[in-house]
Amino acid sequence: MKFRLSIGAMALLVAGVPLANPPLGLPPVPVPADNPQTPEKIALGERIFHDKRLSATGEVGCVSCHDPAMAFTDSPKRVSVGVNGLTGTRNAPTVVNAAYMKSQFWDGREPSLETQSHQPFVNPVEGGLENHAPLLAVVRSDPDYAAAFQRVYGKAGEQITMTEIGQAIASFERTLIAGNSPFDRYHYGGDPRALNDQERRGFDLYLNKARCVSCHVIEQDQALFTDNAFHNVGVGINQIQDEIPPLASAFLEAKRRGADVDKTVLTDPKASELGRFAVTDDISTVGAFKTPTLRNVARTAPYMHDGSLDTLREVVIHYNLGGKSQESDRVNPYLSGGIRPLDLSEPEIDDLVAFLEALTSPEFAATTATTTSPTGDEDHEPSTVTAQLPEAGERDRSDRPAAAEPGAVELRQPESGLHFRLPLGFPHPTHQGD
Amino acid sequence: MAETNLLSPKPDFVLYGGDIAQLGLKEEIDHGLELLSPLRYKTYHALGEHDYYLDLGEYWERRIGPQYYSFDHKGVHFVVLNSILTHDDWINKWPTPMDRMMTMAGLDNPEGSPFMVGDKQREWLRRDLAKVAKTTPLVVLSHSPLQKIFRNWNFWTEDAEQVQALLAPFERVSVLYGHVHQIQYNQIGNISFNSAMATAWPWPYPETYAQAPSHLPVLTVPMNRADPFQERDATGWQFVDIHSGRVALNYSLNDNGNRVVAYNAATGQPEDQGFQPADARIPPQTHY
Repeated sequence: MKFRLSIGAMALLVAGVPLANPPLGLPPVPVPADNPQTPEKIALGERIFHDKRLSATGEVGCVSCHDPAMAFTDSPKRVSVGVNGLTGTRNAPTVVNAAYMKSQFWDGREPSLETQSHQPFVNPVEGGLENHAPLLAVVRSDPDYAAAFQRVYGKAGEQITMTEIGQAIASFERTLIAGNSPFDRYHYGGDPRALNDQERRGFDLYLNKARCVSCHVIEQDQALFTDNAFHNVGVGINQIQDEIPPLASAFLEAKRRGADVDKTVLTDPKASELGRFAVTDDISTVGAFKTPTLRNVARTAPYMHDGSLDTLREVVIHYNLGGKSQESDRVNPYLSGGIRPLDLSEPEIDDLVAFLEALTSPEFAATTATTTSPTGDEDHEPSTVTAQLPEAGERDRSDRPAAAEPGAVELRQPESGLHFRLPLGFPHPTHQGD
Repeated sequence: MAETNLLSPKPDFVLYGGDIAQLGLKEEIDHGLELLSPLRYKTYHALGEHDYYLDLGEYWERRIGPQYYSFDHKGVHFVVLNSILTHDDWINKWPTPMDRMMTMAGLDNPEGSPFMVGDKQREWLRRDLAKVAKTTPLVVLSHSPLQKIFRNWNFWTEDAEQVQALLAPFERVSVLYGHVHQIQYNQIGNISFNSAMATAWPWPYPETYAQAPSHLPVLTVPMNRADPFQERDATGWQFVDIHSGRVALNYSLNDNGNRVVAYNAATGQPEDQGFQPADARIPPQTHY
């Protein structure tokens, strides 16, 4: 069965792309068997993602820190801002390609995309809700939500729980997939001109002298730019290294008494620096954080788990110094074994940065902050910034088949495990009204 | 060192299984002790062949202490042996001390010589143990295994049977050893054998390591990593719990899953808690 949605001018790049046919440079999107993708569920998830009513003040939603116009981050903020202007301790990671991650959050404290979204609603410095009850009250009573949950899950009232909400958000997030960067077209697409000389030199450094690839993995037929592992790279913890022994014991003691890890690490800046240790209690993971993807990294400044480095150049210098941001800093004794001085020259640093800037997908290549978003859609907060689309001609520079015709969206009904990719950065067509 | 300092509960002391140096040089021993200096616990050292065969342990003794000794702690009798001695005629046949050191530092060197505890030290051990009740838990720390595994690499102690005979009368005996850089465990009579992982070697091998000043000793034999992307793969250390009078080793393995090898009273032998069941074992590699 096919169905056609008439849409406004906003959705230009909407196409039904099976997840089994991912963008250049990416593997098929993993979809758990118990949460299959459907267009209705994806639309519901996107709606929840954008709904700021589901917070203590009605002013904060997923989208607040994962803004489509900022490659689904809150760039240029160092750390995320929640209800009443409260700030957390961590820099918002992009949602783009998060579907490939084997664990979620900087410290991997949630193993799945389905459960990850439960926490921010009730974190005191994010959504600020005491518990999930007010959120569930909204989605159970709102007629549009009720209709959507009925359609997607055949559930109503008390049957709607955080499980269904988390599944819908995860389904939406599995559509936020972006590859096809100049690097992908060069490395996987067979286009030697996709990278210039400097970017190619940077790629060589990335693979060899700078050893980036050891953790930001590039494979033979795809690149997620992460090893899904946790490493102490000397960010944040260097400054409080002498306090770690008492901090670590105090944290373990608090955890034994029932302290919530999610709340503690986002509200206590020093406990935050314990990193993966806060999740595992394993002393070999003190100060370790998840290797983030590098895709679209040029669009997601500032950098590192605490947003402490403003530019990619500062990040490269940090690694070049063997795990410290300033020459005069002292590396922490828990530093991961692979972090050592790299001896990159200034021109080599420039080359490496140029390569990192070639990891931007076309969806974000022309992303600029603008205030024009005349959708008239209440849920989408018309005043927020939206992404500027690349022109069709720009997109066509890729070797990939062009997406759907502008002005129309065609979604095929999933048949036996066939899934769909929806566009990045654009209000969903079902929100426009038919 | 930093991780060990974070242990909770705190250990009573640290056992160091030997080979603080690579080629027995003073600067290597000094540097090794400097690396160990952040440890906040009393540390008992065993002597390894890399510490010994340049000056026959002279500088090591000056900086660290006697080559073999014993002590009592909370009802357990601990013995530290120098198990890497060898025949005097082998020791005396080399033109220079460094020739002797280099030969003993190499693997698979047919010019090498088997390790041993020796008559003199075994007599000391006999007299030391004579004062200890047979019901007292006994822990012996040595560098080489006090059992015979593989002679070419000195995973071996030539007079192991004679040493074991002195330990055999005790009800609970645990031998802890270094040297092998891998997890090994075994049971011979009442004696449990457990090895320690090494904190170095496999060595950092990417060329960039050499571009920063390094005070590490010269590498004599390169070693392949299990996973060459993980610079510290196949290294680790262990927290030893001896509350029961038998040792249980909690291995902390860098970039790898942690493992526990503990004495199983029901079967009367040490067992790896994760890998013991046949269906939980990682199948052996059949191609390269």
